[in-house]
Amino acid sequence: MRRELQILGLGAGLLGAGVAAAQSPAEIQRKYESAARQATPAFGGFSAQRGEAFFKSAQGGDWSCASCHTQSPVAAGRHAVTGKAIAPLAPAASPARFTDPAKVEKWFNRNCNDVLKRVCTPAEKGDVLAYLMSLK
Amino acid sequence: MTNDDKRKAFDLVVWTSSLLFAGALVAHEALAKDKSFAVTDQVYKAECGSCHVPYPPALLPAGSWQAVLSGLDKHFGTDASVDAKSLAALRAFLDANAGRDRRASAGTPGLRISETDWFRREHRKVPGTTWQGAAVKSPANCGACHTGAESGDYDDRGIRVPK
Repeated sequence: MRRELQILGLGAGLLGAGVAAAQSPAEIQRKYESAARQATPAFGGFSAQRGEAFFKSAQGGDWSCASCHTQSPVAAGRHAVTGKAIAPLAPAASPARFTDPAKVEKWFNRNCNDVLKRVCTPAEKGDVLAYLMSLK
Repeated sequence: MTNDDKRKAFDLVVWTSSLLFAGALVAHEALAKDKSFAVTDQVYKAECGSCHVPYPPALLPAGSWQAVLSGLDKHFGTDASVDAKSLAALRAFLDANAGRDRRASAGTPGLRISETDWFRREHRKVPGTTWQGAAVKSPANCGACHTGAESGDYDDRGIRVPK
């Protein structure tokens, strides 16, 4: 009985840890909001429209976000070099998207460097999130 | 030979063939597992299995993997950088699971699996048009033909070349 309780406790602990680590896209976006406000005190909020324009256009290089994630991020994408299938980016189509802050940052770092040859600003990240979260 | 003897002989044949068949099944399973390139390392799968399938570590020698890991910020035209903790884990994993390098002293280590002699030999019958087709695009796209590539199954039976 004691052993069963221990196992139960371990299970609950693991569940708790999982819940604590996961965040919602809105929570992740709020962090970018405070960072954007810190960088620009006059920051006027995120814009899904601005995010969409940013997402779909090449930023000086060969690629845009849409090169791999497609012009319609509720659909599956395809890696521009390797051809490998990429699960849809919009949370409406892939609920696990934008729920792990470290993973979100890792990919913004990699992909912004690929598309813009620099890191993205918190305002840009928040706009892209606003666009992706607006998709149904 | 009495009827009883005949039945005994028949039983013996049935039992022997059943045992042989069972043995062959077990051997086949073991062989299938042996041939499998399944990767179970979670860090490797997460960090090196998003843009392409997690390539079987045995397909490049350790020196090549270390060279790949040293240039992840410029990884075949894209930024694939990882944090320091993951990088250390990847170094250890690839060192332990890399293929044997018979020509370790032959200069700079090759970075592409598709340029190894082994890969070329295995794919010698694949025509150029197949590689260039929209469904394949690149030799990096293992899963285009090897339907089980994501889970490390490159068995011939799983090959479906897209038209």
